[in-house]
Amino acid sequence: MSEKKNWPLWEIFIRSKNGLNHKHVGSLHAADAKMAIENARDVYTRRMEGVSIWVVESEHITASSPNQSESLFDPANDKVYRHPTFYNLPDEVKHM
Amino acid sequence: MTAPTDYAHLEDQFQARIDAEEKIEPKDWMPDKYRKTLIRQISQHAHSEIVGMLPEGNWVTRAPSLRRKVALLAKVQDEAGHGLYLYGAAETLGAERDDLLDELHSGNAKYSSIFNYPTLSWADIGAIGWLVDGAAIMNQVPLCRCSYGPYARAMVRVCKEESFHQRQGYEIMLTLARGTEAQKKMAQDALNRWWWPSLMMFGPNDAESKHTAQSMAWKIKRFTNDELRQRFVDITAPQAEFLGLTIPDEHLKYNEETGHYDFGPINWDEFWQVVSGEGPCNRQRLKARRRAHEEGQWVRDAALAHAEKRRQRQAAKNNQKVA
Ligand SMILES: [Fe+2]
Ligand SMILES: [Fe+2]
Repeated sequence: MSEKKNWPLWEIFIRSKNGLNHKHVGSLHAADAKMAIENARDVYTRRMEGVSIWVVESEHITASSPNQSESLFDPANDKVYRHPTFYNLPDEVKHM
Repeated sequence: MTAPTDYAHLEDQFQARIDAEEKIEPKDWMPDKYRKTLIRQISQHAHSEIVGMLPEGNWVTRAPSLRRKVALLAKVQDEAGHGLYLYGAAETLGAERDDLLDELHSGNAKYSSIFNYPTLSWADIGAIGWLVDGAAIMNQVPLCRCSYGPYARAMVRVCKEESFHQRQGYEIMLTLARGTEAQKKMAQDALNRWWWPSLMMFGPNDAESKHTAQSMAWKIKRFTNDELRQRFVDITAPQAEFLGLTIPDEHLKYNEETGHYDFGPINWDEFWQVVSGEGPCNRQRLKARRRAHEEGQWVRDAALAHAEKRRQRQAAKNNQKVA
C-alpha cells in the first residue's frame, strides 16, 4: 500500500429545523472541521434540509458493541413497571 | 478464529434476522460474502453515479436556456452527491475510499454500462433524464428496503432527489416532441439510441444472473432483473406514446392476457461488449475520471497541509496559554 495521506472521515449531524435534534445523516471526507461543514452543506443540505450542522471526526466516536447489546440493554428489559400501562386504575378515573 | 460450526451457527442466526426483516448495521456480525457482495454492489453503484456525470456534463455549457442550464447543473451536482452517499455507505463496511477509486481508475471495477454511450444532441439530455434516471429509480426504490441499513438510508435520500431528474428529462422530451419537425426528429433519434441500453441497465436475464438468488435471500435485492425490466417497459411505453414518439422495437405490444407489454429480444452481445470495456466511450470515460483525480491531487495535498499547519499553530497557542 502507498503511504498516501488522505482526508479523514467525518460523521455529519443535521438539525432539520429549530426544535428538533441534530440527526446523523452520513459521513464524508474533509481536511479539517471547517471544510467538513462546507462539504456537508453541499452534500447533505442542497434542498434546505438543515439549519445547523455538526461534524465529528469519525475516529472520535466511541460506539457500543452489538455483541454486548444484550448485557447493555437487558436491565431495562424486565421493568414493565416503568411504563404507565403497568398500573391498573378504574375507568372512572379521568385524565390520567 | 471462528470454528466452522460456529460460523454456520452465526450464519443461521444472521439469516433469521434477515428473514424477520431486521436491518443489519455496520458493527453487526455478517457473513464475509454478504460484506463483499455489498461492497461490490455499493461501490459499483457509487462509480455509476460519478461516471454518470460525464455524459450530461458534456451539455452543461450548451444548454439551450438558462432554465435548462440551472436544472442540468443541479442534476449533475445531485449525481455527485449520490456518489458520495454511496461511497460513504461502502466505507461503513470497512472499504477504503482510495481503494475503491483505484479499482475504478484501473478499470477493474464496473459501473453501469449505459454511461459508455455518447450524448450526441441536446435531446439526449432529455432521453437520459426520462429513461436512464427512470430505470435507475425502478432499481433504486426497492433498494430503500435493502437489509443493510446504511445502503437503504442512502437510497431513501437518492430516491427523493431522482424524481426531479426524471421529470426534467421528460419535460425536455415533451418540449422537443411538440416543437418543430426537426426538434421532433431529434427527440425520436435520442429515444432510438437510448431505449435498448436503458433496458440493459437492469442487467442480464434472470436465468443468466448468477448473483440474484443469493442477493434475494439476503434481501439486498427485492425483485429480479426481469421483473424490474418488465415494470419499466410497462410504465414507459405509455409515456412514449404520450410524447407521440415510437419506441424502436417492432415487437413491443400490449398483451391483454398478461396485462403487460411484450417486447423484443435484447442484444446481449452488445451489452457484454460494453461491460467488457469495448463500448463507444469506455476509454474516454475512464480517461476523464483518471485525469480529474490526478489533477486534483495537489488540491487534496494542499488542503491537508493547510489543515496541519493550522492545527500546529493552534497547538502552539494553547501551549503558550498553559505556560
Ligand atoms: Fe443518481
Ligand atoms: Fe439521477
